[in-house]
Amino acid sequence: MSNQGPKTLFDKIWSEHLVGQREDGTNLLYIDRHLVHEVTSPQAFEGLKLSNRPVHRPEATIAVADHNVPTINRQNIEDPQSKIQVETLAKNTKEHGIQYFDLMDQRQGIVHIIGPEQGITQPGMTIVCGDSHTSTHGAFGALAFGIGTSEVEHVLATQTIVQNPAKNMRISVNGELPFGVNSKDLILYIIGKIGTAGGTGHVIEYAGSSIMGLSMEGRMTICNMSIEAGARAGLISPDQTTFNYIKGRPYAPGTEHWDQAVEYWSSLPSDNDANYDHEIVIDSSEIDPMVTWGTSPEDVVSVKGTVPNPSSAKTENKKKSIERSLEYMGLKPGTKITDIKLDKIFIGSCTNGRIEDLRKVASIVKDKKIASHVQAMIVPGSGLVKKQAEEEGIDIILKDAGFEWREAGCSMCLGMNPDQLKPGERCASTSNRNFEGRQGRGGRTHLMSPELAAASAITGNISDIRDFT
Amino acid sequence: MDKFHSLKGIAAPLPIVNIDTDMIIPKQFLKTIKRTGLGVSLFYEMRYDNDGNLIKDFVLNTSPFDQSKILVAGDNFGCGSSREHAPWSLKDFGIRSVISTSFADIFYNNCFQNGILPIVVSPENLDQLMTAAKNQIEFTIDLPEQIIKAGNHSINFEIEEFRKERLLQGLDDIGITLGYQDKINAYEEDKKNKKPWLFKKN
Repeated sequence: MSNQGPKTLFDKIWSEHLVGQREDGTNLLYIDRHLVHEVTSPQAFEGLKLSNRPVHRPEATIAVADHNVPTINRQNIEDPQSKIQVETLAKNTKEHGIQYFDLMDQRQGIVHIIGPEQGITQPGMTIVCGDSHTSTHGAFGALAFGIGTSEVEHVLATQTIVQNPAKNMRISVNGELPFGVNSKDLILYIIGKIGTAGGTGHVIEYAGSSIMGLSMEGRMTICNMSIEAGARAGLISPDQTTFNYIKGRPYAPGTEHWDQAVEYWSSLPSDNDANYDHEIVIDSSEIDPMVTWGTSPEDVVSVKGTVPNPSSAKTENKKKSIERSLEYMGLKPGTKITDIKLDKIFIGSCTNGRIEDLRKVASIVKDKKIASHVQAMIVPGSGLVKKQAEEEGIDIILKDAGFEWREAGCSMCLGMNPDQLKPGERCASTSNRNFEGRQGRGGRTHLMSPELAAASAITGNISDIRDFT
Repeated sequence: MDKFHSLKGIAAPLPIVNIDTDMIIPKQFLKTIKRTGLGVSLFYEMRYDNDGNLIKDFVLNTSPFDQSKILVAGDNFGCGSSREHAPWSLKDFGIRSVISTSFADIFYNNCFQNGILPIVVSPENLDQLMTAAKNQIEFTIDLPEQIIKAGNHSINFEIEEFRKERLLQGLDDIGITLGYQDKINAYEEDKKNKKPWLFKKN
């Protein structure tokens, strides 16, 4: 990557954050913001302690407990191990002078929801977190990626990370989104197209009129699932929609720096003739509401489609993989997706736990009841999302429809807390992973948009929002 | 960090594609605040039934594969969650090298932080090594020479020089970076002037 010539958004952020090269030839990249949660940080803090190293810049780090926390009865974490992890985070952050939003703080929530919500996430920043869904923050034109615990320790100690540049991929989606199709369908469609390893080694920049027409919430859903396409990060050019979202938030630049910041942010979008290692162009009219049928996020199909037949697979490996998925999912080839009966509905997660998602669900289930055989829960992404929803009366609509209204956290996206599927239970989920056992041992996950999950809660089967009135 | 030089032993075949880190170490084991003790829970849901009994025909539960130091696995190994508990559990079980056609980026990085060598080979070579592993042929992995030997197969592999050096010497990455403290401080001073909003105190 040269300093001359046209640059991509990624190239610009990269070169702006290069501290230098180490003798071993690796690059040191400066990290502007470090987000920390309870599950992937205790060993990093322990490592600092053992080597007697301080945190280099505590004020650039923000911590919150989200993975382990109960969504009912907050005061009492029953699992002793979860309790220790949450207490350890409180202790470590206190010891090092790091800002920590505790469980009783209304600002508590899923780390990738609260970063943007607080205005911590800003264009042109480098942001890391010991969590793969850090890619979410790319929606603001920030280079944001997940790291392991050893790297968490490295960032705490040095405020830098050892990295080599990623390759550039651009995925452009053009045209007005068809009725019933939204950001979740778009990203599921993309993952289905390029596969879960399609983005390996790349940063994916999403562009085109369909993407730029999305709200910040929609853009976050897209970037959030970049990791499910194997990408290191997702990026979307910052624009007026981005600036409007950030302005006035607690950690946003104040009036004294606002114009200067916006001027810089406005210089970030990729140059017109920038080079990409890979380019994919998609016409949005080809996209339907999408649902996963299998145990990988690439196992997607139109809600109007059917469960695939292993015999149609192009390779022996793919055939075996489909067979394994179908056995786990308890599905037969050729079954219509809308004939699949559900047991549970989960609405929430860093993918779809924002206020806009809750509003959509409320508009669909208003004055209706969920099917008698399903259990439906809605977990706001943060305490502030919950509060906003309650101010708008969304909680009443949802509770009247039969949804359980919970406290904020990661909840059943990964089931580290008590919210889990039982073996064989089938769930329509707005989260990001349908891996074997992800939502509970033997649990069967169908990923979809909040709109589809809401419609499915009412009918009790996977449902097409376009048929739903 | 533990050094890695060379390795000799039989390899466990795991011919499944897209093995994700949830599969390698499920969520219930992420509640630990330690790096050790996770080997017994490696591949938990494939290794144990609902009552916690060993599933006898799972490869890592069968002799001699229960002593494997090497894993040969399908494409895109380690995708999904960033949890470093995945390499911690592999290492605690005794696995020091994983061979596949491709690895997810975060998992790949995490391996090197823990003295585990992930090796990328071509699909044809993976097929050969998978067969060799199934036949319990002894593997030799030589990092300085960048070569895997198994029976009459001799396969060269690529690795970035800095990663190789770090494994061979077991270097402390943070210690190396702290040697550049002056550069980091200078970078910060420069940016405080150019982008003051990034240094605003809340």
